Amino acid sequence: MAEYHSISDLVKLSADNNQEIWQVVLTGQAQDKLMSERDVFAQMKQMYQAMKSADELYDQQLKSPSGMAGGDGYKMHQYNESGNNICGNFIGMVMEKALKMGESNACMKRIVAAPTAGSCGVIPAVLLSYEKCFNVPEDECVKALLIAAGIGAVIAENASIAGAAGGCQAEIGSASAMAAAGLAYMQGADSEGCANALALALKSMLGLTCDPVCGLVEVPCIKRNVSGAVNAITAAQMTMAGIRSVIPADEVIDSMRRIGNDMPVCLKETGDGGLAITPTARGYKEKINNIDN
Amino acid sequence: MDIFDIIGPVMVGPSSSHTAGAVRIGYIAGKLMGEPIARAEILLYGSFLATGKGHGTRKALVAGLLGMKPDDMRIPDSFEIAREHGIEVTFGESTLRDAHPNTAQILLTSVTGKKLEVVGESLGGSRINIAQIDGIATNFSGDYPTLVVHNMDQPGHVAEVTSMLAHKSVNIATMQLYRASRGGNSVMVLECDQEVPEDGINWLRHAEGVVKVTYLGME
Repeated sequence: MAEYHSISDLVKLSADNNQEIWQVVLTGQAQDKLMSERDVFAQMKQMYQAMKSADELYDQQLKSPSGMAGGDGYKMHQYNESGNNICGNFIGMVMEKALKMGESNACMKRIVAAPTAGSCGVIPAVLLSYEKCFNVPEDECVKALLIAAGIGAVIAENASIAGAAGGCQAEIGSASAMAAAGLAYMQGADSEGCANALALALKSMLGLTCDPVCGLVEVPCIKRNVSGAVNAITAAQMTMAGIRSVIPADEVIDSMRRIGNDMPVCLKETGDGGLAITPTARGYKEKINNIDN
Repeated sequence: MDIFDIIGPVMVGPSSSHTAGAVRIGYIAGKLMGEPIARAEILLYGSFLATGKGHGTRKALVAGLLGMKPDDMRIPDSFEIAREHGIEVTFGESTLRDAHPNTAQILLTSVTGKKLEVVGESLGGSRINIAQIDGIATNFSGDYPTLVVHNMDQPGHVAEVTSMLAHKSVNIATMQLYRASRGGNSVMVLECDQEVPEDGINWLRHAEGVVKVTYLGME
C-alpha cells in the first residue's frame, strides 16, 4: 500500500519505488478510492482546469456584498501592463492572479478550494503563471497539483488546514507550502527538494492569525493570498539555490500544530481580536447588516 | 484522506462552511421534502446568523432548496429564481439552544401542504450534518442514500424496515434509532449503500405504526 502519514513517508516511498512524489500521491489515492490512476489524474486535471477557468472569468466590475473587496486584480493587471512592476513578469502575474482569485471568491464566483476557499488564490496563482510564463505543458502543472494535494493531506492529518483550528498559518501557510513544493518540482527539484521548499515556505508563515474583518473572507485574506504565493516562490528559489531548511518539513508541520493550539481563540476565526476589532472593522459591521443577502 | 478534499471542491465562494455547506443543507432539506416547495421559513443560529449576510449564507440555503449544488453559478441569483418559482421565503433567528455554531433550521411546506422541519449544521470544509428532522435528533451527512422513518415506538418496526431493505438487496451502511419517549414517537435513520426503490418506500408509508417516511436519494 502506498500509504503515507508524513512528509518523510512521501519522500521514502518515492525513493523506495523510484517514483516522483506526484506518482506516490496518485497511487495512494487510486488504491484508497478503488479508482484507476488514469481517472485520478483526469480528476486532478479537471481541478486545474477549473482553476484556469475561474482565473479567466474574473470580473473587474464585481464588488463583494460588504463593499470591501473587488477590482484590485484589475488594478494590478493595469500596473503590470504599464511595465513599472519591478518584480518582473512572472511575479507580477502571480500577484495579479492571486488577487483575482481571492476577489472572485469573495464575490460569489466559482473557485476551487485549495486547500480552503479563503486561500484559493495561492496555488493557482503560482501554477497558472508558471505555465504561462515558462511554457510548460499543462500536465506538468497537474503533477505539481498532485504534489500539493499530497502535502496538504499530510498537513491536514498532522496539523490543520482550518483557520478556526490553527489560524491563518493553517490556510494561507498550508497553501503556500503546497505551492512551494509544486513549483520546486516543476523547476526540477527531487522529492527531498520538494520537502525542503515546503519547509522553507511554511516556516515563514508560522504564527499567522485568522482575524478577518466582520468574519468575512475578504480582509486581510485576499491580499494575504498574494503574500502566500510570493512566499512560495522565494522558498522554491532558495531550494533551487541549494539552501536547506535547518528544521525538516515534518517538524515544521508539528510546530504549526503546536502554535495553532497555543493561539488564543480570539485569533482563530472568531472575529474577536486583531484586525477584526479595529474601529474601521467595526464601521463595516453596520453596513453589512443592512444588505440583502 | 481524500486528496480531493484538499484540492477541491469546486464551489461558489466565499466560504466552504458558510456558503458551500449552506447550499448542501438546503439541498438535502429540499430532497427530504421530495415535493415542490411552496413556503420556506429559514431560521439562522450562531455564526450563520452573525456573519451569514456577508457570506451569502441565505442565498446559499435558498439555492440548495431549489436543487442547486455548491458549484452552481446561479447561487447568487437564488432569491430571484425562488420568486420566479413562486416560492415564498422568509428568514428569522433560530431559538435553538446549544446548537452547533453554524446551524440552519428550515421549516418547509410543500405545494400539497406537507410539512417538514430540518436542522442542519455546517461542520467546516463543505461537510454537513443533519442534526434534527421534525424535532427529533438525527445524525447523518447526506453522503449516502438515507431513509428516515418516523414510527410509533412499538416492537417490530425496525424488523419491517430492515426486511424490506433486505428484500430489495439494499445494504445498510449505518443505522440509528431515536425516540422522544417510551411508546411515543421514534425515528430511525438508515444510510444505505444502494438507492432504496420507490415501491419499497411506498410500502413502508402504508405500514401500520409508520407515521412518516422521508428519503434522500443521490440522483
